[in-house]
Amino acid sequence: MTTKLFGAKVPRVEDQRFLRGQGRYVDDLLHDDPRLLHSAVLRSPHAHARILDIDVSDVLDVDGVVAVWTYDDLAGAMAEPLPLLIPHPTLTHGRTQYALAKDEVNYVGEAIAFVVAVDRYVAEDAVARIRVDYEQLEPVVGIAAARAAARVVHDDVPDNVGARMEQENGDARAAIAAAPHTLTLELDVERSACTPMEGRGTVARWDPDTSRLTVWSSTQTSTGVRGCVAAKLGLDLAKVDVVTPDVGGGFGVKINHPWPEELLVPLAAMTLGRPVKFTEDRREHFISSAHERAQQHHVEVGFDDDGRVLGLNVEFWHDHGAYTPYGLIVPIITSTQLLGPYKPQNYRVAFESLYTNTVIVTPYRGAGRPQGCFVMERTMDAIAAYLGKDRTEVRSTNFIQPDEFPYEHGLVFQDGRELTYDSGDYPASLAKLKQLVGWDEFEDFRAEMAAQGRRVGIGLACYVEGTGVGPYEGAHVHVETSGKVKVATGLTTQGQGHQTAFAQIVADTLGVRFEDVEITTGDTRKMPYAVGTFASRAAVMSGSAIHLAALRAKEKALRIAAEALEASEDDLEIVDGVVSVRGTDASIDLGTVAVLSNPLRYAFDEASKAATQFSVGDPGKPPVAEDDEPGLEGKDFYSPARSTFANGMHAVIVETDPDTAEITILKYAVVHDCGHLINPMIVEGQIHGGVAQGVGGALYERMAYDDSGQLLNASFMDFLMPYVTEVPTTIDIDHLETPSPLNPLGIKGAGEAGVIPSAAVFAAAIEDAEGFPITAMPISPSELFELRLAHANDALGG
Amino acid sequence: MSTPEELHDVRLHVNGSVHEVQVPARRLLSDALRHDCGLTGTHVGCEHGVCGACTVLVDGQPVRSCLMFAVSAVDAEITTVEGLTEPDGSLSPVQQGFSDCHGLQCGFCTPGFLTTITAGLRDNPDPTEDEAREMIAGNLCRCTGYQNIVRSVLRAAEIGFEARSAHTSTSDGGQQ
Repeated sequence: MTTKLFGAKVPRVEDQRFLRGQGRYVDDLLHDDPRLLHSAVLRSPHAHARILDIDVSDVLDVDGVVAVWTYDDLAGAMAEPLPLLIPHPTLTHGRTQYALAKDEVNYVGEAIAFVVAVDRYVAEDAVARIRVDYEQLEPVVGIAAARAAARVVHDDVPDNVGARMEQENGDARAAIAAAPHTLTLELDVERSACTPMEGRGTVARWDPDTSRLTVWSSTQTSTGVRGCVAAKLGLDLAKVDVVTPDVGGGFGVKINHPWPEELLVPLAAMTLGRPVKFTEDRREHFISSAHERAQQHHVEVGFDDDGRVLGLNVEFWHDHGAYTPYGLIVPIITSTQLLGPYKPQNYRVAFESLYTNTVIVTPYRGAGRPQGCFVMERTMDAIAAYLGKDRTEVRSTNFIQPDEFPYEHGLVFQDGRELTYDSGDYPASLAKLKQLVGWDEFEDFRAEMAAQGRRVGIGLACYVEGTGVGPYEGAHVHVETSGKVKVATGLTTQGQGHQTAFAQIVADTLGVRFEDVEITTGDTRKMPYAVGTFASRAAVMSGSAIHLAALRAKEKALRIAAEALEASEDDLEIVDGVVSVRGTDASIDLGTVAVLSNPLRYAFDEASKAATQFSVGDPGKPPVAEDDEPGLEGKDFYSPARSTFANGMHAVIVETDPDTAEITILKYAVVHDCGHLINPMIVEGQIHGGVAQGVGGALYERMAYDDSGQLLNASFMDFLMPYVTEVPTTIDIDHLETPSPLNPLGIKGAGEAGVIPSAAVFAAAIEDAEGFPITAMPISPSELFELRLAHANDALGG
Repeated sequence: MSTPEELHDVRLHVNGSVHEVQVPARRLLSDALRHDCGLTGTHVGCEHGVCGACTVLVDGQPVRSCLMFAVSAVDAEITTVEGLTEPDGSLSPVQQGFSDCHGLQCGFCTPGFLTTITAGLRDNPDPTEDEAREMIAGNLCRCTGYQNIVRSVLRAAEIGFEARSAHTSTSDGGQQ
């Protein structure tokens, strides 16, 4: 191996096509096919209503309209509710919507009718002509209304409670009762959403010649979509191919599936015999995809004079929206990942997952962790404030120590497995963070700024992130006779640079040139066994599987080459695609090894002549041995017993304007430990993006529902996604690499990390600047201003 | 049956080529470029002029193609991301800057940044870091946190400067 690529800042191979406008996203596909049809969806304008009648008679009069579907046109499995993807036993009252609403609607945006036409403009014209009679019902909006349960979302779900779950390690309530000090906190986090630049989209083409359906979808799981499409349309799995082309960002929302349109588009394509496309617009993305984050928390904590947590009892209420297709993953993650790098002696957590008449809730980058981190870090800060201790000291007192790994929390994680941390060095991370942000020098800075009439504050927040959850991913590595290496893994890509990072692994493991490796992701034709891209799992899962598959290909290459070179396998090395006997001139190209691996009857070029039966093999033996197969390939799967646990700590210095309460970021520091880094450039890019999303979530973004369940800010005009002007001008990053012992590459995963501690770290810094508790996020300048007034009044009154 | 929509013959000048298309009056320029001209490099992120992903150059000025009708672009010279590369097919300084600095992840917003910055650096070839930020302050990206996009702008300016210097020194040397 000449240069090791693992760990190098290798430029991305993806960029060439993206920079030239040659990416192929789902809405770009089949655009030159004159038979392509387009679709639009009639969506409920009401948050809660019964559907009394749907009249589509005016629709077919619209020139260019081809077909329209309502619930009554669906049959068989298509007429059943959409799948409940993760049927956790605790989800006693799980409900999912229909592909097209049956009898009732439960959020503004729920799909009611599906129109197919010659273009999107005409399809939207037609949608506007559908007449629906509704009987409006009172909606349940927000956690307070859901808890109060004066009204219910679903008649057969009492008190709006979809699930109630409780876990305990030790006896938290007894420990709190016996603790020297106790505190109680009430916390609140509002809704936000992934908001990728590209919305959802699906294209389908039915090929009558082969009776085969091809679906392209902007999804985080091709195999998941394939399974659903086959089941719902009554097709054999072998008749359905799902391909994920370039995807313009996911951040979690595209892991949910099947969306109604992911089934209706293939249904229409089969029914009409023409390709059909659905491309979501921005308003649709706000009201008919998914949100996350909204939770309310009640925390009781007991601790000693050092700030050591003796007992922690958390109850929280999770808003899961109108339906539960993705089960309880988000609140379960909150309830377990809340623990962060700490080891409370006794911990109890109980939550209720509640129905509201709002858009469904499925994982958004961080997936429940930002809320958990907010709860735990607010608690740590409260303890420090109560005891008058430095906030980093209280954290240090509670850290799991480096010699305590693997650390068992005595709880069950989101994958149904024990919550056991694999590795980390939290004291070392904290030391790095303090240095990076200038923690110990901050009081001087505060005084200096105060002298100028300026108000500043510093905060920190620590998290641990379970990454790389199972069940598995696989990879197939094929060395072609040209020496080029084609690799397929089944999970999908949404901008993470998998084609680069995975090629780095293959180049190193197999000993080939990076340029000769081509990675395909998310194509069920090439790798039908896969799970998907979520939970920061791609590098851990597919990275490991690709490494293992490349090792298998290498083993075979060495075996064949040893025979050809009449040398021992132990004396061989593979460098830049050439197998050679160390210390000699004897060598053979990997492409030639590939030729030899596949005994041929027919020669089609010079290379293949070398592989005909007249040229290779022992005439006394079968051309392909009994325990072998033709071709230079390797295939393997990686299925770990449990998750890896990455961790990190963020610190921020903010300035709050004494007059306007505007919040300005002066410094942002990140210490990040995701084990070994495959490509530090890509990892830092992931952190940058996560931090920016975190800034949005902490200071700007919220879903402004009114009491009638209308989303008032369903556009980029009103939903304040950060521009460059809102993000920190620099993000200082330091890495710690504590490798995971669970996988061959020692990697942990980095996709979500940057966003997890944001709400916590900004709350801490604003609290530090202002001198009163911050208990609800996000926070706007006007809210901060109101808090100032309230505290000033309290002070006067007191 | 409703009356078929009236179609207009529109001649669009895009990246130095002429595209004769027939479109209804309401057809957005973004849709005409993507679906009638087949130039799918221009992306549509919001269709209300906020995200900037669909930005193209109209007579050299950055314009949100989702806020303009195709029929109103008839006499204009339009440049899309596909038209930014150098005549020899190599990346333009702005494209190269993004490649050098990891200025993109999913690539969806990228075409709008590239066109915007191309015009921005033409008007201000040597921006300060603050000016680089200002230059991209109207475009949304959800992946990068903008850190590396700012670097890409500065790097593009540097590449542009190097290219001009090389050109100048060649000319000064009278070797042509």
